[in-house]
Amino acid sequence: MSEIFANSGLFFALLGAAFATFLAGTGSAIGVGKAGVAAAGVLAEEPSLFGKVLIFQLLPATQGIYGLLVAFLILTNVGLIGTPADVSVQQGLLYLAASLPIGISGLFSGIHQGNCSVAGIGTVAKKPDQMGKAIILPAMVETYAILALLISILAVFGVANVNI
Amino acid sequence: MAIVDMQKISIYALKKHRKAILETLQRKGVVEINNIDYSDSVFYKEDTTKQQASFLKSSQTAKQAAEILSKEIGAKKSLFASFEGREPISKENYYMFVNDAAEIMRVAYDIVNFKKQINESKAEINKLSAQIQSLTPWKTFDLPLRFKGTEKTQAFIGTFQGEVTHSDLADSIAQALPDIDGIDINIISADKNQTCVFILCGKKDGGALYEALRQKGFSVPSVDSKEPPAQRIKILQKKITQEQGNIEVNTAKIKAQRGMLHALCFIEDYYVMRAEKYEKIESLANSRHVFILNGYIPKNMAQELQAMLISRYDAQVELEDDNSENAPVTLHNNAFARPVEGVLETYSLPKRYEVDPTSIMAIFYYVFFGMMFSDAGYGIVMSLACGWALHHFKNMETGMKKAVKMFFFCGISTTFWGLMFGSFFGDAVSVICKTFLGMAPSAVPQIPGLVTPIWFNPISDPMRLLMISFLFGIIHLFVGLGIQAYIHIKNKHYIYVLYDVVSWYLLIGGAILALLSLDMMKDMAGFVLPPVFLTIGGICAGIGAVIILLFSGRESKNPVKRLLKGIYGLYGATGYLSDILSYSRLLALGLATGVIAQVFNQIGSMFGSSVFAMILFAVIFVIGHALNIGINALGAYVHTNRLQFVEFFGKFYEGGGKAFNPFKINTKHYKVKEDI
Repeated sequence: MSEIFANSGLFFALLGAAFATFLAGTGSAIGVGKAGVAAAGVLAEEPSLFGKVLIFQLLPATQGIYGLLVAFLILTNVGLIGTPADVSVQQGLLYLAASLPIGISGLFSGIHQGNCSVAGIGTVAKKPDQMGKAIILPAMVETYAILALLISILAVFGVANVNI
Repeated sequence: MAIVDMQKISIYALKKHRKAILETLQRKGVVEINNIDYSDSVFYKEDTTKQQASFLKSSQTAKQAAEILSKEIGAKKSLFASFEGREPISKENYYMFVNDAAEIMRVAYDIVNFKKQINESKAEINKLSAQIQSLTPWKTFDLPLRFKGTEKTQAFIGTFQGEVTHSDLADSIAQALPDIDGIDINIISADKNQTCVFILCGKKDGGALYEALRQKGFSVPSVDSKEPPAQRIKILQKKITQEQGNIEVNTAKIKAQRGMLHALCFIEDYYVMRAEKYEKIESLANSRHVFILNGYIPKNMAQELQAMLISRYDAQVELEDDNSENAPVTLHNNAFARPVEGVLETYSLPKRYEVDPTSIMAIFYYVFFGMMFSDAGYGIVMSLACGWALHHFKNMETGMKKAVKMFFFCGISTTFWGLMFGSFFGDAVSVICKTFLGMAPSAVPQIPGLVTPIWFNPISDPMRLLMISFLFGIIHLFVGLGIQAYIHIKNKHYIYVLYDVVSWYLLIGGAILALLSLDMMKDMAGFVLPPVFLTIGGICAGIGAVIILLFSGRESKNPVKRLLKGIYGLYGATGYLSDILSYSRLLALGLATGVIAQVFNQIGSMFGSSVFAMILFAVIFVIGHALNIGINALGAYVHTNRLQFVEFFGKFYEGGGKAFNPFKINTKHYKVKEDI
């Protein structure tokens, strides 16, 4: 049993990559989905707004990409992509911890950015010239995904340099 | 960097020139006409609602006709329609169309009328088809559906819901009317929805049978025909053919007018133009022979217009400087900053007593966008695309042109930062060299900018870029405070500069100095200041804090209230902390672009080095990077805006100025030049 645990560094690292992708991805999927439904509703009335509502739909898509980014960094660092490297259990667990900020923050900010985008789509449907203002409000939510991404990235880079 | 100076303009002229003067103003588009709210025994207001309505109706008809026509002849809208803008119309064409206005309107009414007939025919066809459909189950029945029976018999023609068999029906009739015989039941057709029957009985039994049938759910058919159904269907089909013929004839008539599309579009514009002119007449004060017009005009255009109106129309024109708060706002900037005006307008125009921050914002805008997008390849793609659009679509509308130019400059900045950080489509050059040219990692040519960074690589040294991001952020915020100082000086509130600006410079600057001399910061910043700066920084911050505490509540007379307001003002320091941290997005988004680009390169290079793998690589490369450009350009745009709107504007900008809205030609299809 202890032997299995001793060799599971890679597993924990992979679990971290999985968390980053699927939590943040789920947030984006929910957000983009909600915005998409609202956008389709507007298109039924005003097909000419396609370009504008599409941008709103894409706003919550970034969390998923940030998750992918962190997952990719982890996979590269532990050698699942590129040159294989030894991963100790401690390192694996550290990668797992490093993935949590973007995973969890991505999940919730994606959902709420989606809600905000839906409201923005409503604004644009009524006043297409207010696009600029309406687009800033969902972007505020994304700030926290960006902060989480930053910490996750710095942590992943940091773990690679830790010798344990 | 300027808000354009405005002058009040008053024009007094003879009424016979009214039309000509209004047309001149409309073409020039430099005067915002104000409503004169004034009437007395001499001056009166004119009501032009009727004329406006009639012009708008004509315009609407022309628009409808143009839409119908372009649909029928399949006029395609190009993919880049939004870039194309309005085509300028030549003088000859303008007068040709105007002289033909009546004729063009006749064509417009014709087209609308033809379309109406087509729609009526289509409705008729639908109706006839429905009739045929309900007659089809009766097709094999050889009597008219109105047949009621002969002298001695009574006929029941009708339907039951669902499928009913002959024996079913016979049984239930026999049960209900055991005394009656000689009932002849014929099932004409049956399916699971309905069963059509023809039942014959002796005349005297008619009433009883009807009652029995009704209880079973008998109903008369919804269609009626005096001919046998098969014959009736033929007649209806003939009618359909006729209506189809009508549609074809009318469609052909519409298509015959294909040459008129431009004329119709022009006429739509022309009547809108006239309606708007009449709308402005309502703003004037008129007497029997003269009229008065009041408005605003940018100062630099006033003299010229004045001279022209005087010489051409003998008008009396008065000009008067007006930079009060009521005057409308329009901006004037150099070619480098002008594209960013659109971003400022998105937020809000400055009030008259504020300054126009566009030119300072432009520098930061391009720099921040470039840092967030930071890839030389992407920057080149963006600049080339924008440059091509600017070159190709000469008639692009002003707003669109500004946006495209802005992204052109952003592209240049992106290229610059990409070269600094050594990112060209991610690590495309070294991936291609390694995968397809078989080079060892050390043999890859170290091209500065494309492979190796000119400055440093943010992926391998993110802390350094984080510090640089914060530094840029602090500069950005301090410049914002500087503009606040400039506004105070401009409005002659010199001491406020000390209270509102210098105090914060001292507090924030001092705090940063002190922080940088702490050992803790050594690992993060990579350097540490000598301990003496801790003292200097601390003293500066202390002085700043005291000034803020004492003076940020200076409007309150009550000393307690004033002190409380001062404490609240000091609390604003936390705002500065979050503002500065907010600039970490420069790093995060920059890394996101770079790393995702590398992901796509790596995915593309997974398939070996065969020819097939090369094709696969090319496909993944194009799709992947296009996707990355799309999502990250959007991100960079949105977050650059945010840094300007929230962090930068938060330091000095109020906004809420009224936009200058000159009386001009608001056409949809054609640009009407001034000299026409």
